Amino acid sequence: MTQSSKPIPKVPPLIARALRVMPLAPLSMSLTAYSKRVATHHPSLFRRLGEHDHARFVLDPTDLPFAIELEPNGGVPRIKVVRGQGAGDARIAGPIAALLGLVHGAFDGDALFFSRDLLIEGDTSAALALRNAVDDAELDLSEEITQLTGPLAKPLQRAFAFLERRTGVYLTRPEEAEAW
Amino acid sequence: MVMEIVCPAGTPAALRAAVKAGAHTIYCGFADETNARNFPGLNFDRAEMREGIAFAHGHGSKVLIAINTFPRAGDEAIWHRAVADAASSGADAVILADPGLLAYAARNHPELRRHLSVQAAAANADMINFYAETFGVKRVVLPRVLSVPEIAAINVETEVETEVFVFGGLCVMAEGRCSLSSYATGRSPNMNGVCSPASHVEYYDDNGILDARLGGYTIHRVGKEEAAPYPTLCKGCFSAGDATGHLFEDPVSLNAEQLIPQLQKAGVTALKIEGRQRSRSYVAQVVRNFRAAVDALEAGQPMPEGMLARLSEGQAMTTGAYKKTWR
Repeated sequence: MTQSSKPIPKVPPLIARALRVMPLAPLSMSLTAYSKRVATHHPSLFRRLGEHDHARFVLDPTDLPFAIELEPNGGVPRIKVVRGQGAGDARIAGPIAALLGLVHGAFDGDALFFSRDLLIEGDTSAALALRNAVDDAELDLSEEITQLTGPLAKPLQRAFAFLERRTGVYLTRPEEAEAW
Repeated sequence: MVMEIVCPAGTPAALRAAVKAGAHTIYCGFADETNARNFPGLNFDRAEMREGIAFAHGHGSKVLIAINTFPRAGDEAIWHRAVADAASSGADAVILADPGLLAYAARNHPELRRHLSVQAAAANADMINFYAETFGVKRVVLPRVLSVPEIAAINVETEVETEVFVFGGLCVMAEGRCSLSSYATGRSPNMNGVCSPASHVEYYDDNGILDARLGGYTIHRVGKEEAAPYPTLCKGCFSAGDATGHLFEDPVSLNAEQLIPQLQKAGVTALKIEGRQRSRSYVAQVVRNFRAAVDALEAGQPMPEGMLARLSEGQAMTTGAYKKTWR
């Protein structure tokens, strides 16, 4: 796990522009199905949200042309991908690399806030609960995908590792070294 | 003897990260108002605490449970239950601040080691010895207002182990005596376990200009390229007349890494890292850094150069009161 002094990578504008034409409805449906799968593997995440488990969160990757509206919905999450900034109780915004690094426990949320790589608006309490719950859940979003792919799991893992090295974006949960 | 690294954990995952990174000891709290980091999504339920302690003990680390807020009149049972649960969970010690709760713990759980929280603000040997003689306190966490020579003077006059903060957020006042937060929010760290409760904090971003409001009051505004501080009144930036500045305290973080040899000479037993509200990434990086420092000291090697600025509030660091200077 590391938080280096290197700047957070950002999606090149050309790629971001190309993504503007992406159809959002199928993406929303896929992400909802995916988040339900994550929810079954990590029920403690929703317990930790406490009174905020029905809040509406906007996760806004500022270098992409869409935002993600996430409703934990008491453990049966719903996700809607929308153009623009989205609407909800709490908004967490930053480059997609910062958001993925947070989810995978590679970055510290307060440090990203101090460096202005992360912005929180709206219900700070809900945003804090989500951040702490996600940090405790030790998520690995790539592993959740590769588990579904049977014999393709190994090549897919290698592809994620390759992409991670090339882009500097944390697509998997970093190893926690046994230092002592 | 190697100085003990005492590391924060706000979640079970952070506890495991701390243990794996080499923390000798982890401190944490129950998910309620009995501990001074009562933030949303943080802390341990009873089952998580038992599992966390078992994990730490399995790897040779200790766990201290902070029950360091001040019991509310009529609701003391909440705090008493926390002490009893700490004892039955196998905690290595409890960190307490309230004399009544210390008396309760000494009377009902005499086998449970008692540490005096920084919230008790015990800043001289007479006070520390009083807590030791009256309640059997074995260790005191010193408030962040003492210089290294003052800490050395205390250690000459007491048998109680001393633990000092070496990294993390700073408080402008002796801990346990600050009510600033309650003037804007009605809630304080001493009574409710929250300084600047998240429910009263709002951020507004206007084209990169970030406003932080606490209880509806704007307490600081930072420009596009400026580092952001925590939304606490003591770090607020205020205007009076023609002057604008940090009235109480600059938004910087404590880092006493290079003072570790002096702190050892001053008789300090344990080095404490602040930040139960921080992530497991922070915990792992800071613990690794400080573990390397104390091991280098033990081996007679120079202190390694730290890499912790990015993790610090305001991305700036200070040695705080340990080296008192005028600016």
